[in-house]
Amino acid sequence: MRNEAIPNLTAFDEAALDEAFAALERQAREAAAALGGEADREAFRLEWLGRKQGRLNEVSGRWLKAAPAEAKKALGVRFNALKAVVEGLLDAALGAGPSDAALQTEAIDITLPGTRRLLGAEHPITRTMNEIVAVFAALGYSVGVGPEVETDYYNFESMNFPPGHPARDTQDTLVIAAQERKPLRDRLLLRTHTSPVQMRTMEQQPPPVRIVIPGKVHRNDAADATHSPIFHQVEGLCVDTNVTFSDLKGTLDHAMKALFGPAVKTRFFPSFFPFTEPSADVQISCIFCGGKGCRKCKDSGWIELLGCGMVDPAVFAFAAQKQPAYDPRKISGFAFGMGVERIAMMKYGISEIGSFYAGDMRFLGQFA
Amino acid sequence: MKILTQWLRAYLPGLASGDKQLAEDLTLRGIAVDGIYPLGEGDGSLYEMDITTNRVDAMNHYGVAREAAAIYGLDLKPLEFALPAAQPAAPPFSVRIEAEDACGRFTARVLRDVTIGESRDWFAGAEVATYFGLLEQKMISNAVDATNFAWLAMGQPAHAFDLDKIEGGIVVRRARKGERLKTLDGVERVLDAEDLVVADHKKALALAGVMGGWDTMITAETKNVLIEAAWFEPMAVRQTARRHGLHTDASHRFERGADFNAAPVASALVSAILLASGGWIEGELVDARVAAFEERTARRRPVALALSEVHRILGATENPVGITAAAAESVLTALGCKLASQRVGASASQPHAAPAAEQTLGPVSWQVTLPSWRLDLEREIDLIEEIARVYGYNRFANTLPAFGEGVKALPWAEKEAAVRSVLRGAGFHEAISSTFCSAAEGAWTAAQPGQVVALGNPLSEEAGVLRPSLVPGMLTMIAGNLNRDVNDVRLFELGTVFSGTAEKVDERPVLAFGAVGSFPDESALHERRAIDFYDLKGAVEQALSRFEARSVYFDRFPAEAGLTPEWLHPYRAARVVAEGVTVGWFGEVHPRLAAERKVAAAAKLKERVLVGELYLDRLYKLPLRSPAAREISRFQPVRRDFSLVLGEGIAWETIDAAMAELQIPELVEWQVREVFREARLGAGEYALLLRTTFQAADRTLREEELADFQRRIVETVGNVGARLRT
Ligand SMILES: [Zn+2]
Repeated sequence: MRNEAIPNLTAFDEAALDEAFAALERQAREAAAALGGEADREAFRLEWLGRKQGRLNEVSGRWLKAAPAEAKKALGVRFNALKAVVEGLLDAALGAGPSDAALQTEAIDITLPGTRRLLGAEHPITRTMNEIVAVFAALGYSVGVGPEVETDYYNFESMNFPPGHPARDTQDTLVIAAQERKPLRDRLLLRTHTSPVQMRTMEQQPPPVRIVIPGKVHRNDAADATHSPIFHQVEGLCVDTNVTFSDLKGTLDHAMKALFGPAVKTRFFPSFFPFTEPSADVQISCIFCGGKGCRKCKDSGWIELLGCGMVDPAVFAFAAQKQPAYDPRKISGFAFGMGVERIAMMKYGISEIGSFYAGDMRFLGQFA
Repeated sequence: MKILTQWLRAYLPGLASGDKQLAEDLTLRGIAVDGIYPLGEGDGSLYEMDITTNRVDAMNHYGVAREAAAIYGLDLKPLEFALPAAQPAAPPFSVRIEAEDACGRFTARVLRDVTIGESRDWFAGAEVATYFGLLEQKMISNAVDATNFAWLAMGQPAHAFDLDKIEGGIVVRRARKGERLKTLDGVERVLDAEDLVVADHKKALALAGVMGGWDTMITAETKNVLIEAAWFEPMAVRQTARRHGLHTDASHRFERGADFNAAPVASALVSAILLASGGWIEGELVDARVAAFEERTARRRPVALALSEVHRILGATENPVGITAAAAESVLTALGCKLASQRVGASASQPHAAPAAEQTLGPVSWQVTLPSWRLDLEREIDLIEEIARVYGYNRFANTLPAFGEGVKALPWAEKEAAVRSVLRGAGFHEAISSTFCSAAEGAWTAAQPGQVVALGNPLSEEAGVLRPSLVPGMLTMIAGNLNRDVNDVRLFELGTVFSGTAEKVDERPVLAFGAVGSFPDESALHERRAIDFYDLKGAVEQALSRFEARSVYFDRFPAEAGLTPEWLHPYRAARVVAEGVTVGWFGEVHPRLAAERKVAAAAKLKERVLVGELYLDRLYKLPLRSPAAREISRFQPVRRDFSLVLGEGIAWETIDAAMAELQIPELVEWQVREVFREARLGAGEYALLLRTTFQAADRTLREEELADFQRRIVETVGNVGARLRT
């Protein structure tokens, strides 16, 4: 496909130049029309535009050098026009790309599954705790934390559990070994609820307090489908002047709607906890059947979800030993606590509480 | 506990609600009805109740009826029983309370010439046989049935003795050590000196508040009866019952606090039932009381209650009128309180004063006398709770407290989130494992020997101590996956580890990570490769790179120094040091350990188990790095590769340090592209392909400059023992 060599030019008048350049343009167009694949295009580019042996280079070298001074300008104009044509031809050839036949040989099966980078999953307990914490953060609650090994004082005494309360028994509470010689209040145990953080926070900080306390707790419970000696709670505490029972109701009603959807209703029942009074259990309308009754809610239309109440004045009295501002005549507050596992089991349809602690890749992978 | 609605209605003539409505209203007021079983047209229903232990007063028909009366504002029929006039007795029956710390009241009534037989078929509107049948209460004889009837009706234990078996009078006292008593269950018991007994002048007759005695029980031959109804101190009864392994209806009630004033009422009820079959009363009721107990129960000092406190604690109701003085008075009165108003110009005898009038009369408060059966009521807040409870929790409005101060984030919250996100990004699932491990696991993973905290009442031997490290839990989870044929495992856990002694326990947050098997892109089409040390190291580096640390390095101590944790392969593990502080360890699990834990035993597993820990409390001391953008050069980078041959003793670290020391600003990056060992190299040598990248911010690099850089690189790596491969 090689073109004939560039002829020497002898006449430099307009007509001669026109003819000579027209011939070159014809050659370029013919060559471009015959271009096939990428190799052809590269050969065309080298042949015409190559810096050392390219035809255009040759033209400018030979013809321009030979031209008399008065013809150089006219020749230059025609040379630039030809160069533009050649470049245009090359661009057009490139734009057309390889032929369809060429592309067909590169076909792949696009129905094969995609390659997935394995993304680590957030643990459903972490995820649920974060969701709960976020709801209360939006209501102005800071996060509070405390130790998992607690003293009897923080876990029980300051939470107003009387000395003989069954929860204090080793039947219910896991205790650290060799505590018998110590006074009861100093004995170490694994906290049975996140409530001691209420007291630790109040001792550190005068009112107002708004904290939400996510954490791991332990009880001396035999494991079954819904019980585990290890579980997690989110506790909340709000103390200020003029905090009322109706504020507690409104706060939890809002929180449950934020967590389970705006259609969820709440219902409060009298209950009993040593550290709150009045105390309540809170039910939400069944998130599975919308309250019509189903197997999950034992046909009641309601699901029991959390415990709460107004902080007992006796608890404030313990806090006031270090922070006198906790005067139950001047301030009031509410506290609430919920089991994270229970909520996560409900939200994600988990039937065995033990799944949370087994580290099974197949279980955890579902939450990625 | 079971309740018959027909029986309730006998006390509540005005009750209009149906059984279903009543059950719901009771439940919403904390008197929980768990199940309703209709008994047929006109026969009402059976309720299965679940009443919390603090409300022992409501665990009987009259108690539940009282709650309903309070809810609906109904009149409750008083418990009154007409008894025939007593014949005089000379002298009166002798009762002495010797254990004044354990018995508060003892009433005794003597009935003579009674007829012991079957119970009559009705009493106080109750069809005894039918009711007992529904409540699963065995019929025994009219004397015993009468005490059971009093129990079911009003929750007051009572007991009938065969009077002729009693020698002298009654003494309530502590048992003598070794004293014997055959109880109603036929068991011959040896008593403890702490046991509380009802005795006569010769012998113990009954375990007080727990169970009657065999020898004085009512038989078909019994002619004369002594009716006991008493009040015993909760702890004394609990301890006596516990020592003898007994839990009876009576002990249940006394342990939780009985009604001090109920004894004479129950006595009258039992007597009335029994006398209906004949007999007569000898002497007046003997009623021995201990003043100290009476003061703590039936004659407690009134409690002050202010309406303003009710409003301050409870807040807004859905009904804008709110909780009025009249509403508060009506609830508390129905529950058995007596209210004396302290409001000027008004009194508690005007319970239905209009709310509007109250506003003008100024602050309202009361002195509230507490009912003897509600020992759970002691303080103002208890009364406020009662008002809220009976008013109905769900009739309060949903309000929100005024917004407080700003939200303060935990100082490490963002750091924790950063660490978590790096691990998840590296494909590790978050796991949560047991807080406990075995003493053996604790011993080999504890940072300091002897600092492992043991549990006093562990769940099992495998959970005997608080974990001093997350590694045992991580290995357990990895093994669990392998046992379930899940062979590619990447997990991390963020949790607390414990160290210390019985005196003081320290808690630290730790991040553990573990991996085994392939490090795949999840596709069958791409080649899988075993996850290795460097994959873990990369995750650690990335986690550390989120923090501001000028110096981070990895090293290992020689095995003989004993500083490498026992659970790690001595030559395939690294310590992580940031700013001169050890922040973690990771590497391959010691093969010996893997074998012990049976991790390596899984047949399919050829790869090694990788595991590590980062000490987050130390890491969190570093500030988080905030990203800062750097100008990206417009000029072409130039890459130059060097194929180096090194002695096995020369670690990458040495080359890396030498390159850094060159301090060529245009040398913007250097990396290892490849490490290989092959026969063509000399003994004890390996080859390494070093890739360098040069780039200037302000110009295209000239060939002469690049030649100079190359020369300097060859020279400097040559100085540390590497030569160019030829
Ligand atoms: Zn449902």
